[in-house]
Amino acid sequence: MTPMVLAFYAFATSTLVGGLMTVIGRNPVHSVLWLILAFLSSAGLFVLLGAEFIAMLLMIVYVGAVAVLFLFVVMMLDIDFSELKAQMAKYMPLALVIGVILLMQLAIAFGAWGFDAGAQGRLAAPVEGGVQNTTGLGLLIYDTYFILFQLAGLILLVAMIGAIVLTLRHRQDIRRQNILDQMYRDPQEAMDLKDVKPGQGL
Amino acid sequence: MVEFFTTTNLGIVLLVLGQCLLVLVPLLTALAFLLLADRKVWAAVMMRRGPNVVGAFGLLQSFADFIKYIFKEVVIPAGADKVVFLMAPMMTFVLAVIAWAVIPFNDRWVLADINVAILYVFAVSTLEVYGVIMGGWASNSKYPFLGSLRSAAQMISYEVSIGLIIVGVILSTGSLNFGEIVAAQDGGWGIFSWYWLPHFPMVFLFFISALAETNRPPFDLPEAESELVAGYQTEYSSTPFLLFMIGELMSVVLMCALVSLLFFGGWLSPIPGLPDGVFWLVLKMAFFFFIFAMVKAITPRYRYDQLMRLGWKVFLPFSLGWVVLVAFLAKFEILGSFWARYAMGG
Repeated sequence: MTPMVLAFYAFATSTLVGGLMTVIGRNPVHSVLWLILAFLSSAGLFVLLGAEFIAMLLMIVYVGAVAVLFLFVVMMLDIDFSELKAQMAKYMPLALVIGVILLMQLAIAFGAWGFDAGAQGRLAAPVEGGVQNTTGLGLLIYDTYFILFQLAGLILLVAMIGAIVLTLRHRQDIRRQNILDQMYRDPQEAMDLKDVKPGQGL
Repeated sequence: MVEFFTTTNLGIVLLVLGQCLLVLVPLLTALAFLLLADRKVWAAVMMRRGPNVVGAFGLLQSFADFIKYIFKEVVIPAGADKVVFLMAPMMTFVLAVIAWAVIPFNDRWVLADINVAILYVFAVSTLEVYGVIMGGWASNSKYPFLGSLRSAAQMISYEVSIGLIIVGVILSTGSLNFGEIVAAQDGGWGIFSWYWLPHFPMVFLFFISALAETNRPPFDLPEAESELVAGYQTEYSSTPFLLFMIGELMSVVLMCALVSLLFFGGWLSPIPGLPDGVFWLVLKMAFFFFIFAMVKAITPRYRYDQLMRLGWKVFLPFSLGWVVLVAFLAKFEILGSFWARYAMGG
């Protein structure tokens, strides 16, 4: 058993355990923490595949930003677990139907799945000609698929504007900090300076 | 003997462990004295003497504190989530340590010379927020919780601008590897070949963002003692508190190393002709740590809304604009290879 294989089984196991515990955990904060474990382990799997750039992005974007926001929200929720459990029975049939449909879709997709004839030989070296995968990815995104990449960015921008529009409200009944006013205050009038000699004090 | 360490699995493991110790032991020892230096600088600014009882000039103060923390009882609050409560300081400490795996101390003196080194450091420093959030939540107490909420928002805000500033440096270098970033700053002009000149305004932005990212004054709102007792650290005592403290200080030193590597030429000597070496990097890191300590001593704490405004409305647009500007300057090679260091094969 080579160290690579050992590392693969370690990461794969912790990904699966993390995912499972996310679903069955009773405390939502613990669930998010398990989710983070799953993210981190899948970053490890990416490293083993030789895709170190994707691995780092997964860590920065998902673990560093998305999961922090999850945790942020979940921590502040005040959830009554007994009430939550009582409602679970009501939604169980729907959840089961969705789960079964997803499973069947996956089964259909996997059943029709076949490796490309050339893919098997390239598993050991996914990138041709020794190009670093950061460079390779950069060239693909910014040269070959430039328009698609820009469109994806545009969609994200629209989503962001949408979120802001949905949550923005101007309340008139509160006092706001006016930073410019504060910065333009005259120090001469606002405070009294005393010249203190070193070692003497006032 | 050499073959044992380079070919067999056990040998490689032992070799890597040895190298890790070679980085960790000097680092932790230096940390003890840096902590003392921090307190001494602070004291000197306030015209106090600072720690001066344990050892000559108080040199052994940190070790005395260390022993004190170790032998105290670990108090865990009754309502605390025990596992998460104890995991938080460990996480802070471990994350602060593992970032050093990719920091080079000299040409090729690095534990893991990976292609995406700078992204790795960035990723690890984004994870550091978890120690704070988990600690604050698991304490099951109001002040720690408020402190951790503040910290989460603060660290995420300033990571954005740190990331964009790093992008500028990467654009100039054409590589994510620290060795190549430093090599790109190696020119005939000594100190004037370094990135602080082409990326001049970003040096300050990076330093200030680093202050906010590491929860140092004037941005130490997560542990603002006048408002939140000690923020997320309130319920911690003994060794867990020590781990928090070491982890925080270590990420400060890491930021010093990052500033030195990204903008001040790492191990390159400032005067052409003098030999390069690990000595210069240590000197630069010590200098930036001194600045960190001075900032702590001479600045009043920010208000929370000012902090957020600074991060999102000043630093973010400025650093984003700078990335666009540098991209143009580098692409069209304005002033030769002043911004486009990759063009001259550096």
